[in-house]
Amino acid sequence: MASVTTDTPIHSNDPAPRAKISQQAIAPWLFLLPAFIFFAVYVIIPIFQSFYISAYEWNGLYSPEYRAVAGSEMTDLECTELGNRAARTEGCEPTGENVWTGEYVGFENYRNLWSDPFFWTSLKNNVIWLLLYFLAIPGGLFISLFLNQKVFGMRLYKSLFFFPFVLSQVVVGLVFSWFYLPNEGLLNEVLSWFGGPRTNILGSNDYATYGIIAAGLWPQTAYCMILYLTGLNAVDPEQIEAARLDGAKGPKMLWYVVLPQLWPATFIAIVVTVIGALRSFDLITIMTNGGPGFYNTSVLAFYMYDVALSEFGFRMGYGSAIAVILFLIMMVYIAGFLWKMWRDEKG
Amino acid sequence: MFPRPIEQYGQGTRVAYNAVLPLALLVWLIPLLAVIWFSIKPGEDFTTGNYWGWPENGFQGITNYMTVFTQSAMPQYLWNSVIITVPTMFGAVALSCMTGFALGVYRFKGNLLIFFMFVAGNFVPFQILMVPVRDLTDQMGLYDTRLGLILFHVAFQTGFCTLFMRNFIRALPRALIEAARVEGISEWRIFWFVVLPLMKPAIAALCVLIFTFIWNDFFWAVVLTQSPESQPVTAGITAFNGQYRAMYHLMSAGSIVAAIPPVAMFFLMQKHFIAGLTLGAVK
Repeated sequence: MASVTTDTPIHSNDPAPRAKISQQAIAPWLFLLPAFIFFAVYVIIPIFQSFYISAYEWNGLYSPEYRAVAGSEMTDLECTELGNRAARTEGCEPTGENVWTGEYVGFENYRNLWSDPFFWTSLKNNVIWLLLYFLAIPGGLFISLFLNQKVFGMRLYKSLFFFPFVLSQVVVGLVFSWFYLPNEGLLNEVLSWFGGPRTNILGSNDYATYGIIAAGLWPQTAYCMILYLTGLNAVDPEQIEAARLDGAKGPKMLWYVVLPQLWPATFIAIVVTVIGALRSFDLITIMTNGGPGFYNTSVLAFYMYDVALSEFGFRMGYGSAIAVILFLIMMVYIAGFLWKMWRDEKG
Repeated sequence: MFPRPIEQYGQGTRVAYNAVLPLALLVWLIPLLAVIWFSIKPGEDFTTGNYWGWPENGFQGITNYMTVFTQSAMPQYLWNSVIITVPTMFGAVALSCMTGFALGVYRFKGNLLIFFMFVAGNFVPFQILMVPVRDLTDQMGLYDTRLGLILFHVAFQTGFCTLFMRNFIRALPRALIEAARVEGISEWRIFWFVVLPLMKPAIAALCVLIFTFIWNDFFWAVVLTQSPESQPVTAGITAFNGQYRAMYHLMSAGSIVAAIPPVAMFFLMQKHFIAGLTLGAVK
């Protein structure tokens, strides 16, 4: 804090009062303090705790701590080591404190992950999500080009096209699962008009993940569309006219003149799409709850939740190990994003 | 303008465009129209297998909606959502006004580092926070309470809001702040009387965005709450799913009710909403 540069120039012939300078030095820290405490407690520290817990086996519980009753043959250490059995052991009494029941296992959780087929299914599905989610970007671009006209009622059209993004993923998931219903769903209804076979999309090992991704693409495409519409608004009309005079049109114009100017929108679309793909949890939970079978549509985000808060006993350590892997994957993108921001700040 | 304005095309193209536009919208919104359709049909239709056809005994109007409101925990869930969403919105926006001011106006060592910490934190997967946050909430005695959810949401959303506010304040004319300093106004008063009034558009944009994000949150709702007394509507509707399995008319009415507040927010505050979402989409 010693090397604070204040913004108000301090001239030697016009000495600013000392109080003024130190106020400018302290003020930012005071403004940051409340948010920083919140953020540290709920975001920063938990990240490290998750890394820590991933080296333990923990069922999420705390157990009462025991100590030796004064004058008995037991020692405090013996009582502690007995764990819950100390409750039935003469000479031990609860201290009133609770202790964490985690058991150190080192890299055991990660080794188990390596040989866990469900982990690999989830990871594979994550890759599919990531790849297919990118369809939202050209999809959004296409719709935005289609809508970038000034006809009567266009404002309303644009908002209605954007509409799916405002719905919660829970609602989107429910809506699409009805759409996919094996016998009565609208999709099968339409398919049967064309003589197609009726398929139970969400009950099929082959199609379920794709069915969920299609549901996710609906709001995601709307989001990319709105980014591109804003971007198209800011495209320099003179450049377009100049290129038009040079005979550029259609796809060539799009590729060489318009898209480069849309790069900021594309960048944000990539960022939100990657994050959206890796955060896919709601849709899977609502639409298939990880099924059919064991974790066929699971992704890491879902598998982690399901393992950590499993109905067959919490496995917080194992769950944390999955979370750490997911975090490291995400970190690649976060680092890239920060690097770009840092470059923009400097340049 | 790209593509070329439709007026510059021939008559045929213009007519075709105007015809395709509503059709495209219709196709795009089919899933939504399907739910609306379901929600006004009588329940018998679903037991007799008449899912998509015209209802045999006429439309139900708002009957299904009334049932949802009077015979389920829906009002409680909706109320919980309000109690969770509104304070979070105010909390996160208030905190980030301050952080945005601190990071956008002052130059000090570590400024960029702290800023990046907020930005990075905002992007981390929820799962890396899940176990410790659940444990912390439990230890504070706030598991399955609305306050527990609010506190976490405020903290987490502050990351995104700080990114937003700081960039917004950065773009404000510095001369204003300099002038105020020369006048000898204290830093706190500069924040309150000079900068804050200029931040109104950013505050409005963040309020609608945070409202929508938090209202639609599902993950933390299921991690940190479990009873109808504290669960928001997104989590509640899945419980609902169990209660009304295969009663699509009620489920769809419930889904629509759950979706209305953010949708209304969006249509009322559209300009701010889109300005918030697309911040940075233009250089």
